[in-house]
Amino acid sequence: MRKLREFIIEKLVLLCGLASIFFVLLIFLFLLREGLAVFQTISPAAFLAGKSWYPISEPPALGILPLILGSLVVTVGATLISIPFGVGSAIYIAEVAPKRVKEILKAGIELLAAIPSVVLGFIGMVTLVPLVKNVFHLPTGLTALSGSIILAFMAMPTIVSIAEDALYSIPKTYKEAALAMGATHWQAIWRVMLRAASSGILAAIMLGIGRVIGETMAVMMITGNAAVIPHSFFAPVRTLTATIAAEMGEAVIGSEHYFALFAIGIVLFVISFAINVTADLFLHKRQ
Amino acid sequence: MNPYRTQRLAFSLLFLANALILVLVGFVVVVIVQKGLPGVTWQFVSDVPRQGMRAGGIFPAIVGTLYLVAGAIVFALPIGLLAAIYLSEYAKDNALTRLIKLAIVNLAGVPSVVYGLFGLALFVVFFKFGASILSGSLTLGIMILPLIITASREALESVPHSFREVSLSLGASKWQTIQNIVLPNAIPGILTGTILGIGRAAGETAPILFTVAAFYLPLLPGSIFDQVMALPYHLYIISTQVPNVDEKIRYGTAFVLLALVLFMNLVAIVIRYRFRMKKKW
Repeated sequence: MRKLREFIIEKLVLLCGLASIFFVLLIFLFLLREGLAVFQTISPAAFLAGKSWYPISEPPALGILPLILGSLVVTVGATLISIPFGVGSAIYIAEVAPKRVKEILKAGIELLAAIPSVVLGFIGMVTLVPLVKNVFHLPTGLTALSGSIILAFMAMPTIVSIAEDALYSIPKTYKEAALAMGATHWQAIWRVMLRAASSGILAAIMLGIGRVIGETMAVMMITGNAAVIPHSFFAPVRTLTATIAAEMGEAVIGSEHYFALFAIGIVLFVISFAINVTADLFLHKRQ
Repeated sequence: MNPYRTQRLAFSLLFLANALILVLVGFVVVVIVQKGLPGVTWQFVSDVPRQGMRAGGIFPAIVGTLYLVAGAIVFALPIGLLAAIYLSEYAKDNALTRLIKLAIVNLAGVPSVVYGLFGLALFVVFFKFGASILSGSLTLGIMILPLIITASREALESVPHSFREVSLSLGASKWQTIQNIVLPNAIPGILTGTILGIGRAAGETAPILFTVAAFYLPLLPGSIFDQVMALPYHLYIISTQVPNVDEKIRYGTAFVLLALVLFMNLVAIVIRYRFRMKKKW
């Protein structure tokens, strides 16, 4: 009896353990199921490289290049801002800050991670957007730049916490050896520790980028949502995620537009999968 | 340049980077509290929206969010906890375990709007649940699953090995050991993870956009197959889709949502802190 119970429980627990694999496959399967139908009317090349996105005109134009470039512009901007701030903060927290200051800083970063994206989008709309408009004398503040700034902010908790872990996990002896050779603390950080932690820091940056590409609400609220090929940081753009969020509500189930939005979902899923697997490899290389 | 001067300069810059983040976080919280708190009255949290959401309160949105979060936890906690038990107590160090861990990492990285698409395709269309509390809760539940698994696993793994050995040596079976020794000692960590999951589920908008959220529905739901309003979606609607909404209502809604999420995080922090004080090993 007891043996049987143990057996049943073991299988049940194994089943739940497998649930994550099951759900990842299920998500991919259902995205494919709904999204691949769009390729009956448009070739994958025309879908990915098509220059215009007019999904409800007759016939619909379903090229997502403007959306890919929109995501790219916003992501590049956010990455450029968040790398120095994020990695810098991680170094400060891991190496420089006194214990009490460290606790406060970590609590602040955790607080930032907890703020819902729609709240940050709202605050961005009422504070950052008018600021960008006035500073750069633009017709509208709803631009790629505003999106990049907010997204950089949202990527910060990911980058800081993973980069900080990476710095912590370097053997103490590396630092001690550098200090014993007469290096200053900063020289030890700059020339020894950052290099030793480089794969972990790279993983942190990649996961930060993953966060930025997948972010939806804030970006939809402050980038202006113009589905055209972006020519500068100071123009409105439309990202892949915002397109799905903004248009799925109106798309008729089973229409080409509906399938195309799912196909965008496939693109996003593949990008996030690639980023996570690569970052995971980097994280494990270290150990 | 003198290496010590370089060091001072570098450390100051690092400090500034950190200070800037902290100041901005503080700014966000202070602005919302300052402008939102005055609008949050009893009438605001207990009344339905009126005049095309330009007046009245946000009661249905609060209730909707509570239902969704409860549903998500009911679904995700049992599966997540058992998955964590598998990984910490049963799994061997083999390819399957590595695959599971990779799947968890990926599940955590899937963009929230893709969860929305998935929920739409599977629950709303394929299972024909329609846009409903059930569809929304299941979608949110799958989304917070990795968070609950990771937190619970850490909690279980931090219980010392000697505890298990003593129990096993006294003749307890593996499951008895887990049930009576490992789980009780891991409960604070599991609770922390669960509460953080609640906070996450309460604040997410994209996964509920097409699976449950109603634009305007001043009724309370009758069953799990009804649509509901939800706080984050309501904030999105009144700040972008409905013109001329009073600032007080927008900030008030943002305040209630932020307060709910931060309260959850605070509870989690308190539990973690008290547990660290009490910890016997």
